Amino acid sequence: MEHIVIIGNGISGVTTARHIRKLSDKKITIISSETEHFFSRTALMYVYMGHMKFENTKPYEDWFWDKNKIELKKALVSHIDVDAKQLKLANNETFSYDKLIIATGSKPNKFGWPGQDLDGVIGMYHKQDLEELEKLAPDNKACNRAVIVGGGLIGIELAEMLHSRDIPVTFLVRENSFWSGVLPEQESALINKEITDNHIDLRLGVNLKEIKADENGRAKSVTILETGEEIPCNVVGLTAGVSPNINFVKDSKIETKRGVLVNRFLETNIPDVYAIGDCAEQREAIGERRPIEAVWYTGRLMGETLAQTICGTKTEYKPGHWFNSAKFIDIEYQTYGWVWAKPKENEARFYWEDQSGKRAIHISYDKNTRQFIGINTFGIRMRHEFFDRVLTDQKSVEHVITHLADANFDPEFYKHYEKEIVTKFNTENATTIQLKKKSWKRIFNKA
Amino acid sequence: MKVIKNIGLIICFIGFAIFTASIFTGTNKVSEEAFNNWASQKVKSEFFIEKAKKEIVGKELSTYELSNKIIQIAKASNEYHKSQKEITWDKIIWIKWNKTSKDFVYPLVRASATGWVTNNQGLFFWLTFGLAILGGTIAFLTDYKLLGPAGIKNNGIFQHSATNRGALGMLAFVYFVGFYVLLYFFPNYLINPILSVNQVSKGLSGNESSQWFLYGFMYCAVMTVFAIRMFIKYRHNNYQLVRTGVVLFFQIAFAFLIPEILVAFNKPWFDFKNAWPLNYTFFFDYNINNLIDSGNLGIFMLVWGIILTLIIVPVMVYFYGKRWYCSWVCGCGGLAETLGDPYRQLSSKSLFSWKIERWLIHGVLVFAVAMTALTLYTYFAEIESWKEVALGFSAYDIQSTYGFLIGSIFSGVIGTGFYPILGNRVWCRFGCPLAAYMGLIQRFKSRFRITTNGGQCISCGNCSTYCEQGIDVRAYAQKGENIIRASCVGCGVCSAVCPRGVLKLENGPEEGRINPTEILLGNDVDLLQLMNEK
Repeated sequence: MEHIVIIGNGISGVTTARHIRKLSDKKITIISSETEHFFSRTALMYVYMGHMKFENTKPYEDWFWDKNKIELKKALVSHIDVDAKQLKLANNETFSYDKLIIATGSKPNKFGWPGQDLDGVIGMYHKQDLEELEKLAPDNKACNRAVIVGGGLIGIELAEMLHSRDIPVTFLVRENSFWSGVLPEQESALINKEITDNHIDLRLGVNLKEIKADENGRAKSVTILETGEEIPCNVVGLTAGVSPNINFVKDSKIETKRGVLVNRFLETNIPDVYAIGDCAEQREAIGERRPIEAVWYTGRLMGETLAQTICGTKTEYKPGHWFNSAKFIDIEYQTYGWVWAKPKENEARFYWEDQSGKRAIHISYDKNTRQFIGINTFGIRMRHEFFDRVLTDQKSVEHVITHLADANFDPEFYKHYEKEIVTKFNTENATTIQLKKKSWKRIFNKA
Repeated sequence: MKVIKNIGLIICFIGFAIFTASIFTGTNKVSEEAFNNWASQKVKSEFFIEKAKKEIVGKELSTYELSNKIIQIAKASNEYHKSQKEITWDKIIWIKWNKTSKDFVYPLVRASATGWVTNNQGLFFWLTFGLAILGGTIAFLTDYKLLGPAGIKNNGIFQHSATNRGALGMLAFVYFVGFYVLLYFFPNYLINPILSVNQVSKGLSGNESSQWFLYGFMYCAVMTVFAIRMFIKYRHNNYQLVRTGVVLFFQIAFAFLIPEILVAFNKPWFDFKNAWPLNYTFFFDYNINNLIDSGNLGIFMLVWGIILTLIIVPVMVYFYGKRWYCSWVCGCGGLAETLGDPYRQLSSKSLFSWKIERWLIHGVLVFAVAMTALTLYTYFAEIESWKEVALGFSAYDIQSTYGFLIGSIFSGVIGTGFYPILGNRVWCRFGCPLAAYMGLIQRFKSRFRITTNGGQCISCGNCSTYCEQGIDVRAYAQKGENIIRASCVGCGVCSAVCPRGVLKLENGPEEGRINPTEILLGNDVDLLQLMNEK
């Protein structure tokens, strides 16, 4: 029986294993050194915040693996011998495979800052990071202040986590506005305000110079490069992005760049070795997507696709239209299609923001053809299916504005803003669009 | 703010402490008149009456002593009668732990209460309910500031002993269970608490308060205070605000005020929203007779009750799902969604619990239907309900077994008492026969579903964690499947706590409601089709 070995039990590896099991009775082993069972990495923050127990982050009960004959091995892989089709483990054991799937995810970036490896300096990625944080910052007596370096999604999550335990947080962001490499100016400003409204000390346009240690070798302060200001603190969170977790692959024959290089079939340069998820790097970017996408759902998509190939239906990885979501403290964010931080030459924009400053939508469309390109939505939930179809059918921005009621996905009894949005659009574009009432027929119409 | 919250909690605690302590301080003096009145209804044995007159009447006794004496004398009387050559069975006093105290002892103790509380009922009301309500309200109002800006604030829930089966949770558990045991089986020990609402009862219906009036009033008070908590916690979520407001209205108006007002006008106590089979006594012979004897209004109540169960309930479930009842109208649901909300995360999500749940809840439904069928059979066949029907059982035996096991133990002691251990909705999830009936309709013939938003789910598990019915919502959401489950009561909290906007409670066309998927939206279109249409 063919033995499929998967390194990494995150969403990518586990999805592949599940789908291989659905399609075949191959022998499957998942190797991980992080935890015994699959958990949702995105939910680690909720464990610290007390919303959930670690137990609750596991999507499958512990009997699931045995029942589905998916073997779990807790070990750290140190080397891959592709000629012998063997893995060398950190305890010097060897482990054979017929087909190998590398799905080891990411690790937090460190940029050689002085003091970056001191005690009290953490990333927020692995379960071990959560355990470390719980030790370092159980409350605001043990931790009088935390400094977070790096203004991305993990940074704001870590800020929210610490804030939930009333620990004062200073948040250093290199850009002049939060996540401004991804978000257009308006949305970025909206999130800046959300951060400061929550009494988080947000510092924009600053870099970390160094982290100083106390006599015990534990971080005691952070110095800002631009101002020279020294901020006393007990915990430093480094959240300046992530990169593929593939050090153990580098001395093998498997070709790597930043990540493990794969083609559209998720194959590496070595037969029977595949890479998926955050650690995989596309040789050529797919559409407007980046070659490495550290996103939950793309890991899942790759897993779904690769399982087909492994089980005999060779299938190309073809992610559909871009979408994503996040939550910035209390503001939910969803995006469908592309809304670049800076409009491209052919793009025009429509922006609407609610008086509260907690809700906004930003639509990007083609100036000339008026084709809809993408939408950012803040504080208003939208229907994925609606926008997926709009993008596939290349509908116009007017079509989207007319059918905003179909797109809305907010809970019942929520206030609707579609009329306000349509009025603003009409005023700005000298159009006379009439909002159409929500229609189940259109929502369910697959054609 | 924190100081104000603590002051509120202390005031509330003092109210509860006085309320609870009063259980141990009751005194009684049975007057000749009260005794004769009681004995003429309850006792046929001269032996009992003679002995009781000597030992009880005119004496100053604590509630505990009086209760014990009554039972001792009853036992002695039974022994005496059984030792006679010819046993006169109607003089034997039937003694059973879960009946005697409430049916036999309680009325006399209630009628003979003396002491400070009896003379200061108004003041006592304010010292108990007044303080508890005031303190609770203050404590919850401070959440407006303490929780921070509007949004999902479940911070620390699994780190607090009250909401994570810690010492405070266990204390609440013991208190709840203790209260229900006294309420259902030993109301004779609750005389002072019952007296605390005596003036309210007199004002409403003109009657002296009973343990059930105390329970009804307490229920409304607890729901109101905890509804304030809900209004603040979910102030960003209109679904929760409207739902909480409506369920509170139905409890206060339909389960409390209207029935009491009916009584004031000499009409039957009737809760218009309480549908059979949750209202399991509806088809009992005494209830049917009572309604038939109550004129046009009584007949209307009888017809209404039948229409409610047979037409309104299924039609509404078809259009809106069982949530219209379970979390918008029902009193049990109302308590679960207010008092029970802090415990919702404790419900088990395991497959094992789901298996138990399905056997239990449908078992209770079968029990309720069989019992009612038997009751109606005896009613229309004009067999007296206590007469044996088969195998040594009478309809009355079945009814009282159901009343004890399901009506009292399951729905009360376990259903609410176990909130701090098994999560709120213990009764609704595992026991309620009406929920089982509506669940079958919701699962197979309804427009209601929780829509999963394409491929946005990140499997974080907030939805499953906060599902009070123990549904593993994430298991569906991460597969891109709509959630169609018999047990879903549509509280809407899964949708509220979802950080990615994945879940929406909706009523829509039946077609496409159940959408099993292998591959989620967002992947290769061909693969989607290949896998999902297989």
